[in-house]
Amino acid sequence: MRLFALARRLRARPVALEPAQSVSADIQEVALRNRGSLQLRHVDAGSCNGCELELTSMFSPVYDVERFGIRLEASPRHADGLIVTGPVTRNMAAPLRKTLDATPRPCVVVALGDCARDCGVFRSAYGVEGAVSDVVPVDIEIPGCPPDPATIIRALRSLAGT
Amino acid sequence: MSNWPLDSVVAVSACQVIGVVLGGPLLVGLMRKVRCRLEGRAGPPIRQPLLDLRKLARRERMRPAQASFVFSAAPVLLVATTLVIAAIAPLLGTHPALASSSDLFAVVFLLLFGSVAIALGALDTGTAFGGMGASRSMTIGALAEPALLVAILALSIPAHSSNLPTIIGSSLAHPLWLASPQRLLALVAFLIVIIAESGRLPVDNPGTHLELTMIHEAMLLEYSGADLALVKLGESMRLTVLITLLADLFVPWGIATGPSPGHLVIGLVTTAAKVAVLGAGLATFEVAVAKLRLFRVPELLAGAFVLSVLAVVSALVIS
Repeated sequence: MRLFALARRLRARPVALEPAQSVSADIQEVALRNRGSLQLRHVDAGSCNGCELELTSMFSPVYDVERFGIRLEASPRHADGLIVTGPVTRNMAAPLRKTLDATPRPCVVVALGDCARDCGVFRSAYGVEGAVSDVVPVDIEIPGCPPDPATIIRALRSLAGT
Repeated sequence: MSNWPLDSVVAVSACQVIGVVLGGPLLVGLMRKVRCRLEGRAGPPIRQPLLDLRKLARRERMRPAQASFVFSAAPVLLVATTLVIAAIAPLLGTHPALASSSDLFAVVFLLLFGSVAIALGALDTGTAFGGMGASRSMTIGALAEPALLVAILALSIPAHSSNLPTIIGSSLAHPLWLASPQRLLALVAFLIVIIAESGRLPVDNPGTHLELTMIHEAMLLEYSGADLALVKLGESMRLTVLITLLADLFVPWGIATGPSPGHLVIGLVTTAAKVAVLGAGLATFEVAVAKLRLFRVPELLAGAFVLSVLAVVSALVIS
């Protein structure tokens, strides 16, 4: 009985695919470089963890971002770029710069969520240094508070070229 | 089968090397695919590890400022020793021309050489994780290697030789030996060693990056670009070599026993099928088990060692 249930489950698999996003020439160049393999280092620069929840659910069976060759890595040395969440707090500005320095070139920086783009609700708070683009150069921004997994995946697929 | 022409020996060795280099990443991709499907996900394509390697090979290679040549030599040594094993071990055919070098002790020590090189490279970075990963991996290696040696030793007793081709040849000649108690005991010990040596569940979790549970991944944190590609390639080749040795020692049918191209093709097809089935089985097992606490791992490996000692004892008693 359990074997039959298992076999049925193995046959049914998520295949629904949205068409890839049409993107600028810069992003197309990144995609051409990666060609189906994208590893990112996630840096929480002071986020409320809303974006982290959405990032985690990208890897669930529902969204399964791994099928596009996209993974989060434990070390910036392994990564093709950074994915930064939250407004950059004063304490995280230097670690963010250091992480970027530790990443091999060429390296993309993804600003994930409204806080990373323009500090969101934390704008002009006393502990906030600024948006991600005030601290490190940003290549691609993903809007939303928090952006839903489908939006993140669409943007990352354009970077991975899948 | 005692005299193979030189060109057929070279052909078998070349096929083994190419098969291990290309098949290693594909085997890792297959195991990842099986795992993903059992978790209800579509998973990355089977060729994903090859895509990763291609991209990594062209990326900038960064080296820590304080690291010496040991750090850069380690990935090369890992790949080189594994390539030597792939060339001399009887993976596709039992060519006797290389019998003197494909001794079981030589193969096991070459395997150990690669893991020691990576541990030294990790120590060389001078980071906390490098040292932690190196000490843990050497602890596990020191317990796993004797179990592997003694397990193969149990197989070598009925064959009266420690040459791997001779062991395989004699078990082909006496198929009943394959069901003997020493074989079954040695098989279980061998399986546990493969899991430990290749850093898979329940000994180590290749998917995790939680600092305190990492063993193998902790050693690789400083590698980047082509260095990382070499390490990943070397690891997948090691896994393939170990699984192929297991398949050939315990289910030897189909391995090329003669020098003709027909034998080689049959050997290629059956070995690929056996390795794929074993890899899928290991991946299924991984989905079903949880990671062991680090302090329980030596108990598991001690169990493997006891099993292989029992295998040797029963081999001596029976023969």
